[in-house]
Amino acid sequence: MNAIELVEKSQLATRPEIRAGDTVRVHVKVREGDKERIQIFEGIVIGLHRGGARASFTVRKVSFGQGVERIFPLHSPSIAKVDVVRSARVRRAKLYFLRSLKGKAARMKETTATKRTP
Amino acid sequence: MVTGLIGKKVGMTQLFAQDGTVQPATVLKAGPCVVAQVKTVDRDGYEAVQLGFVDARPTRENKATVGHFKKAGVPPVRIRREVSVKPGGDPLKAGDQVNVSMFADGERVDVIGTSRGKGFQGVVKRHHFAGGRATHGSMFHRAPGSIGASSYPSRVVKGMRMAGHMGDGQVTVRNLRVLQVDAEHNLLLVEGAVPGGPNSVVVIRKAIAAKAIKVAQVEPVKKKGKK
Repeated sequence: MNAIELVEKSQLATRPEIRAGDTVRVHVKVREGDKERIQIFEGIVIGLHRGGARASFTVRKVSFGQGVERIFPLHSPSIAKVDVVRSARVRRAKLYFLRSLKGKAARMKETTATKRTP
Repeated sequence: MVTGLIGKKVGMTQLFAQDGTVQPATVLKAGPCVVAQVKTVDRDGYEAVQLGFVDARPTRENKATVGHFKKAGVPPVRIRREVSVKPGGDPLKAGDQVNVSMFADGERVDVIGTSRGKGFQGVVKRHHFAGGRATHGSMFHRAPGSIGASSYPSRVVKGMRMAGHMGDGQVTVRNLRVLQVDAEHNLLLVEGAVPGGPNSVVVIRKAIAAKAIKVAQVEPVKKKGKK
């Protein structure tokens, strides 16, 4: 283990294995004044950026006809948890082509594989 | 008391705060170091110690250098730097070990290193000149422009900023905050960036003009009254 991995080890949070094509529900902690509540962002993972504690993932959803993408740091303490709702069979690591697809064309086939363990 | 330590830059990472904010951090492999020579006022005119960075890499030294380390009673090391000594603490002897536990969390340090070499660079990159317009018939792109008047003074004034070699020089970054000290693995985490690339040698010293650490004041957000 190199020195950077050693430092980052304490920063890592337990997250399920996420892949491009997964539909996820991200539970984000939102601070409002001195109160904290959980906001859920649900969408398709269109890409993962790996790198120890610096890993991040991009979630895309279509909200009221408007495409919305959010990039989350995977191990951020402001993410309470990530649920994998379904997984789709995809043949790319980055699903940027979804940005130019709309409606029915943006659907994806679900994987028949058994559920992955976190 | 010794004021500094030799280290090597490992690379950068980030640390999460509890509220999810991210802090950039540089990982340094700091020490262990040995004292190769003690310089005293009587003998050398100033107080300092020569430290050697203990590395796994074997060293091939000439007889003179081997003799220098034999005097201190330590095996020769490749990387040697001089750091100043502050009064107070135990007086150091040649052969003493110095390690990263001299620093504490939250302390301020200065990091001295060699910046990445950029080679021969023009004035736009080297001195941040604005340059000219790229298109619309412009014939002035990245040239330096005028470097002075003609018959008077008939020379270029000293210090005129021009193209030339950039980088690969000593750079000191002052007042970096120590985020973590890992004495077991000889690691030091400092906030922000330090000069040089990975594996470059740096000297970490206690800040000579330490800035106070700012503590974020949590201010309660005022609720807007209904009209």
